[in-house]
Amino acid sequence: MALQVEKLKVYYQTLKGDVKALDGATFTVEDGEIMGLAGESGCGKSTLGNSLILLKAPMRFVGGRVKLDSEELPIQEMKKMNNFRFKKISIIPQYAMTAMNPIQKIGKMISELLRSRKIDFKSTLPELKRRLDLVELSHDVLNMYPIELSGGMKQRMVMVLSTLLNPSLLIADEITSALDVSTQKAVAKMLVEFRDREFVKSMIVITHDISILYQIADSIMVMYAGKLAEKASTEVIINSPRHPYTKLLISSLPDIGIKYSQKKLTGIPGKPPLLLDPPTGCRFRKRCPVAFEKCLNEEPPFIEIEKDHFIACWKESEKNA
Amino acid sequence: MLELEKISKIYKTGTFGGKKLLAVNNVSFDVEDGEVISLIGESGSGKSTIGKMILGLISISSGMIRLNGVDIATLKGDALKDYYRNVQGVFQDPFSSYNPIFKADRIFRIIREEFFPKINNREWDKKIDSSLRAVGLNPDEVLNKYPHQLSGGQLQRFLIARALLLDVQFLVADEIISMLDASTRIDVLNLLAELKSRGLSILFITHDLSLGYYISERAVILYRGCIVEIGPTEQIYYHPLHPYTRLLIASVPRLDKKWEEVEVKLKAKYSELPTGCVYYERCPFADKDKDCAKRPTLIEAESGHFVACSHYMEVNERV
Repeated sequence: MALQVEKLKVYYQTLKGDVKALDGATFTVEDGEIMGLAGESGCGKSTLGNSLILLKAPMRFVGGRVKLDSEELPIQEMKKMNNFRFKKISIIPQYAMTAMNPIQKIGKMISELLRSRKIDFKSTLPELKRRLDLVELSHDVLNMYPIELSGGMKQRMVMVLSTLLNPSLLIADEITSALDVSTQKAVAKMLVEFRDREFVKSMIVITHDISILYQIADSIMVMYAGKLAEKASTEVIINSPRHPYTKLLISSLPDIGIKYSQKKLTGIPGKPPLLLDPPTGCRFRKRCPVAFEKCLNEEPPFIEIEKDHFIACWKESEKNA
Repeated sequence: MLELEKISKIYKTGTFGGKKLLAVNNVSFDVEDGEVISLIGESGSGKSTIGKMILGLISISSGMIRLNGVDIATLKGDALKDYYRNVQGVFQDPFSSYNPIFKADRIFRIIREEFFPKINNREWDKKIDSSLRAVGLNPDEVLNKYPHQLSGGQLQRFLIARALLLDVQFLVADEIISMLDASTRIDVLNLLAELKSRGLSILFITHDLSLGYYISERAVILYRGCIVEIGPTEQIYYHPLHPYTRLLIASVPRLDKKWEEVEVKLKAKYSELPTGCVYYERCPFADKDKDCAKRPTLIEAESGHFVACSHYMEVNERV
């Protein structure tokens, strides 16, 4: 098992109190698994991704454990994590477009980065070039400034850079959101190829675009208001979701072939609760069409109702029992 | 209702404006009353530039835009103000459309000062009330709030409500839902469709084809400032003729179908044909021996369905 996360809680410190952005997440990612992480903005999906690699203020570690390849990750300790960052765990940040130093040539930047991790640039260079070929970037980019590259090229450059040391876990945070459909497809396919070639063991792909996940992910985890709602294989989440939130989310996606005049789609009424003072019980209950008394007071646990199908919903787990 | 006739836009770039960039190249199409047209293209294809030219935010380099037969470039003073009563725009980022220091409903006050100086308070409140309800907002919940207290979807609907205050006939909607969450996105989209049924014409600018399909009757596909295909949405989606449109449709992530093994070419062919087909560099069917070196004009392939590719028949046979 590549990644094991247990009861991870990360809050944001604000003047008004703690914002409970990630409130007790327990899940695992297998070796070779591409796990998609989906949810509305503000549901804590980026918080989860960032906390695994760079947990900095105003984020505050509250509790939980993270294991990567059966080794404990000291995510709350800034300095100790340096042994893991880039080598064992790596991230492609949300705005890869601005992730590179604008006043340095890309090759120079990479060599400095490697030196800071005590790795020889010269011996890594052949592998770097091989991977540039793989993503169809010319070797000349190493002699260019980031501004000379287009958005899609920068994205591919950052992908090569993040995965250069073959990390066990790669976190890809909204990497396709700013791209055009054709580039989006190429980048998404490249993620799969990097996994297939074992450059990275497993991946967490964070996005709000579920249709992209359907194309590339092995499993999908849906978050709502800082809590995990449902996790299952991609097919199950898309075709037979159990959690009412997942159902509504999937049914609100327009797909090619659906026209307003023929089939009117509906959104999810209401909006997520404020996480400064989240309501008791199930956090989705106010927008949930099937909520009942139990949801008001007791928080539904995230349990396995079928093999590899986890869900946090009283109604559904009762049906199962 | 709105006609675009051979419009082009040249931007000056470079340090002293010495270089020229042709952002929109000879684009013509028209929008009927109560019609939704989606303008689809990748970044840099000139789709937003067209929207801005219609709104008069930037000048037109050549060509003409006519609203009900009147050239909009000649409008001045009161006539121009009248134009804005009819034509309004809503843009991509609802968060930066507001001044964060002031309450969000300040945008209505400006409309009142400019366009309705004589109206009394009661009537004005009633007008705001009805236009907010028209976009599905509850006035008690959203008035008197600062922008950060409202969600993205609410802010975006606020802006549409602002346009509705003016009895608009034409709305330029420039990527208005790409920054919204999936759950609120569809509400805004449904709102547009509903406004359309009341007779509003909409130019729906997007890079997301499935959204375009959901509400529009006709679609315009832009590539590098040129129209490569234009026609009824069904035909464009189910029977695309231009190789670029095919690539776009095949790349859309879908829930009912996994991506086919269509390889996307990332590396562009080196273009030696500045006067030729705009898509030459990336086109898998292009050949120097064919007449791709000549810029293709729009050909009517089926009724109402135009394509700018001299070899579309051949392309369709080979796929």
